[in-house]
Amino acid sequence: MEVVFAITSGVLYATGLYLMLRRRLAQIIIGIGLLSNGTNLLIFAAGGLTRSNPPVVSEATGQLQVPYADPVPQALILTAIVIGFGVIAFSLVLAHRVHQSLGTDDVDDIGTEARR
Amino acid sequence: MTLVLPIVIPLLAAALLLVVPARAVLQRSVALTASAGQLIAGLALFRQVQVDGYLVLQVSDWAAPFGITLVADVLSSILVVAVGIVGVAVGASSFAGVDPRREAYGYHPLIQVLLMGVAGAFLTGDLFNLYVWFEVMLMASFVLMALHRTSEQIAAAFKYVTINLLASAVFLTGLGLLYGSAGTLNMADLAAIWPARNEPVLDLVLATLFLTAFGIKAGLFPLFFWLPASYPTPPAPIGALFAGLLTKVGVYALIRVFSLLFREGPPLPLQLLLWLSVATMIVGLVGALAQRDFRRVLAFNLVGHIGFTTIGLPLGTTAALAGSLLYIVHHILVITCLFFVAGVLLQLRRTTDLGRLGSLYRDHPGTAVLAMIPLFSLAGVPPLSGFVGKLAVVQGTFGAGAYGPGAAVLVVSLLTIVSMARLWDEAFWKPADAPPVSPRPAPLLLVPVAALGALILGMTVAAGPLFETTTRAAGQLLDPQGYIEAVLQSGLGRGE
Repeated sequence: MEVVFAITSGVLYATGLYLMLRRRLAQIIIGIGLLSNGTNLLIFAAGGLTRSNPPVVSEATGQLQVPYADPVPQALILTAIVIGFGVIAFSLVLAHRVHQSLGTDDVDDIGTEARR
Repeated sequence: MTLVLPIVIPLLAAALLLVVPARAVLQRSVALTASAGQLIAGLALFRQVQVDGYLVLQVSDWAAPFGITLVADVLSSILVVAVGIVGVAVGASSFAGVDPRREAYGYHPLIQVLLMGVAGAFLTGDLFNLYVWFEVMLMASFVLMALHRTSEQIAAAFKYVTINLLASAVFLTGLGLLYGSAGTLNMADLAAIWPARNEPVLDLVLATLFLTAFGIKAGLFPLFFWLPASYPTPPAPIGALFAGLLTKVGVYALIRVFSLLFREGPPLPLQLLLWLSVATMIVGLVGALAQRDFRRVLAFNLVGHIGFTTIGLPLGTTAALAGSLLYIVHHILVITCLFFVAGVLLQLRRTTDLGRLGSLYRDHPGTAVLAMIPLFSLAGVPPLSGFVGKLAVVQGTFGAGAYGPGAAVLVVSLLTIVSMARLWDEAFWKPADAPPVSPRPAPLLLVPVAALGALILGMTVAAGPLFETTTRAAGQLLDPQGYIEAVLQSGLGRGE
């Protein structure tokens, strides 16, 4: 399972970075989204994958069943997802404004248009 | 209690500012009061840390590696005071007038959120919380930068947003890998277990990831190019706020993480940081000499002098690190002040293009004298604070036996003098070509310049005690045992 996660997150990093190097704003934003999701998967996988053993103390034994899923990476990812969501929403609005005021979504043109 | 105040005061102020009626005077007064409160809380924190050495708070009394930890050591408390000073200066400057559209769209609450994020980043004892504070600070800065919608500013804002998001993703990647291997992100806990774990490859990967992420935020060569593109565009108070504080958070994170985690780590990232600092100084100042705009010259000087603040860490001696820390304090005051000076020039002449400035000394001698303090202080003219800061850095570098970097520091100091002398000559001395349109400077706009100038002078007077304090801070950083004990033991025996 770790292998699948590792490969998936690697692909997300690669495509995300590739898209961030493109010239169109929409592609850059999609790239940011993919990159942050790749990071989330990486944290999840690095924290260790344990299936169907929630970190809950069972009533019968009064102890945690080993091995249990580590809750911390999930909490970290949850926070990161929320932050990523806000950031993507903001970048979309910003890109929309750029398109509105400059009439282009090409990063190279933004520089030259703005200096005009 | 003192520990949460610098974070809670701006938070409450931001909430209050959203419900207070949108009357300019009212909004500005609340914002200024809150910043003054944050400064006072910072000073109280500073005093207490001077007595106790470390101040630790486990939020909700969750014991150390598991809960949210706030820690203040000497370095954090100095920087929180600096946040307060910059906050008050920015708050006071808003009385001189803010673009009404900006003010209607949350200018004051956003500044409070930004100040909260910076203070939080300086006080947190947990790496993931550091990431969250980074994001709090960045979101506020994104909106502040994009609020005003001239085309140039929007374009600058997009670059700023993209590069900072990339830096955050790199930081988060490092955090994920670190947690996967160490099983904790509490800084003190990490410092206790990480250096003893012999994992050279992972160490190298993590150090490089953190160096990249914080290097982007601090504006180190070769990751600084976004900074001169975006910092000169927003209006003076926002430029001053960003220039004074945001890059320093990156520098602080570098110092904190490397001194706690990689003090016995692979030498390569530290060597790299040393030469990157040198390259940052040289490229920044050479870049400054090529610029023809007051604010762009400042932005390149900002980048160049970041090198002074990071060079002490890789050298690893108390004197060198103390010199760099002293330089951080000086740099925050001076660069903030200079961006306010740029605002005054903009108000007087409607431009900061050096070709079209001039005659300011003849027309406004009072303003010119006030501007002279930060200009010559950055240049390092004795007896101003820049001289003290540079002397400490030079002594530290040579004392650590790093003659090459030490020579670079001296050469770059010379270049700074050239750069500042050029600004002085072009903006203030040279006769202006066109008959200048010169309204009188708004006195309120001069208040932050004068106040920060007074602090710069004060820093010279108090140079001795200040250097002793930063030496203490450097000692704490280089021997983290006290930090580890203070954090990990404060959780024990209090909860039950």
